[in-house]
Amino acid sequence: MTTIKRAKGFWLSISLSLIFFAIVQVLIGGGSLNPFYQNTLMFIGINIILAASLHLIIGITGQFSIGHAGFLAVGAYASAVMTMKLNMPFTVALIVGGLAAAIAGLIIGIPSLRLKGDYLAIATLGFGEIVRIVLLNIDYVGGASGMQVSHLTTWPWVFASVLVTIIVIRNFTSSTHGRACISIREDETAADSMGINTTYYKVVAFAIGAFFAGIAGALYAHNFYIIQPSNFGFLKSFDILILVVLGGLGSLSGAVLAAVLLTVVTTFLQDYPETRMIIYSLVLIVMMLYRPQGLMGTKEITSMFKRKGGSSHGNKNTAA
Amino acid sequence: METKTPLLKVDSVGIQFGGLKAVSSVNVELYPGELVGLIGPNGAGKTTFFNLLTGVYVPTEGTISLEGEDLRKRPPYKITQKGISRTFQNIRLFSELSVIDNVKVAYHSLSKHSILSSILRMPSHFKGEKEMDEKAIEFLKIFNLDQYKDEKAKNLPYGKQRRLEIARALAANPKLLLLDEPAAGMNPQETHELMNLIALIREKFDLTVLLIEHDMPLVMGVCERIYVLDHGQLIAQGRPEEIRNNPKVIEAYLGEEVS
Repeated sequence: MTTIKRAKGFWLSISLSLIFFAIVQVLIGGGSLNPFYQNTLMFIGINIILAASLHLIIGITGQFSIGHAGFLAVGAYASAVMTMKLNMPFTVALIVGGLAAAIAGLIIGIPSLRLKGDYLAIATLGFGEIVRIVLLNIDYVGGASGMQVSHLTTWPWVFASVLVTIIVIRNFTSSTHGRACISIREDETAADSMGINTTYYKVVAFAIGAFFAGIAGALYAHNFYIIQPSNFGFLKSFDILILVVLGGLGSLSGAVLAAVLLTVVTTFLQDYPETRMIIYSLVLIVMMLYRPQGLMGTKEITSMFKRKGGSSHGNKNTAA
Repeated sequence: METKTPLLKVDSVGIQFGGLKAVSSVNVELYPGELVGLIGPNGAGKTTFFNLLTGVYVPTEGTISLEGEDLRKRPPYKITQKGISRTFQNIRLFSELSVIDNVKVAYHSLSKHSILSSILRMPSHFKGEKEMDEKAIEFLKIFNLDQYKDEKAKNLPYGKQRRLEIARALAANPKLLLLDEPAAGMNPQETHELMNLIALIREKFDLTVLLIEHDMPLVMGVCERIYVLDHGQLIAQGRPEEIRNNPKVIEAYLGEEVS
């Protein structure tokens, strides 16, 4: 019975998001959505993909990785090479961007996922910087002055990528494989002693996360007219990390919500360049003071509808 | 009993951390269906010995074999899949997961549906997950935990957490169950329930159990044989009444007589 109910909720959210897509599409087609808002919307979409992909690595599997901009960069450059140098269609570029980042994820993940906590954080931070420096020194992709990229990212592409990302990550998480990943986050020793191949699942989560970061990179590259290594520094990694932490570690809907919220906040703060970072930082500080568990804690939006008022155990966790 | 082949054979196993010999040349044989106790003063190396059996540490000397198969240098998850599963001295549940999900994690290695089938929600995913669900509910019923199945594990009272940890270890379908101080921190009532539970699971699951415990009435009451560790070495073994009167054991626990 519960599976039928869940499936219903699933199709309901799919149809709602398709309706949203259609409305925006009509607005863009009719010219009533000016390019500024269109651009904001695309940027929100890209940030949602980034937040969701990092959520899988940090929030679900508990591997504290802060080199996510590295995967973004790999995806961006790989896809840009595809379209600009090899004249491939955007579809190919998108997939190649994702795959290139996933391979980078495997290469960095297999040795470094033996490390735990702070050590892993430092290793992934190092990886992000290595990617940036390598790109800086390859003349083929323009070095420091960057690479010209034509504007190919459109609203349907962004929307489809967001939808696929969320469905894949949600389906992965709510399966025995996702539970295996969560058990690693909760207690790696216990997970090991329950017969979970912890290294394998850490690497899998890392590769899937990297894949979608690469997709985001492809969209990102083709949304601006130029990409430069300096766009992918460690500050970019922290921006993504903030989305996940602000949304609530372990909550996919939280990560999505935070991506929407923070993108909107930063976009509107662009009018006040001198106070922008101060306000942004204040928002984060206030947030962490009053809701250290993040916007959603570990809960999902769907669970709010499921148990509204009915169950007696509903609010037990709020005190804890 | 001597005619049977041992389920677990530990042959002069030891481990050294730098200069410290935490466990040295320990020989243990467990036969199918036995309930054996492992006792010793604090710091004797009991938990280290468990960690050697489960692959958390790799022994620096000796061999460990389960049903004749060498377990040395196998990673912990493989050893669990071969049939040794354990509980921990300080409870290590997946506290943010629900009670039923804790048990389902233990079923994971038996699941057949692939990552891809889960992502694409293919029929094999639904079938696999449904089987796990049904099995886990049946399982929780045996342990009287089914009414808490959607509760987060961390919200259970202490005694039930212990019970869930044992349930989770059993869900991994072991041949040999290692219990590390299951009665630690329990009140007499809970300890009594635990003794009944251990008797029940042995009967039900056709299991060999190795038990670390400080609660002597419990150990003496349920164990058929007892091994005694002190300073990483086996100082005695035998039936409970033999152990009770063994001067070496008394010395290890109470110290030498002052002369």
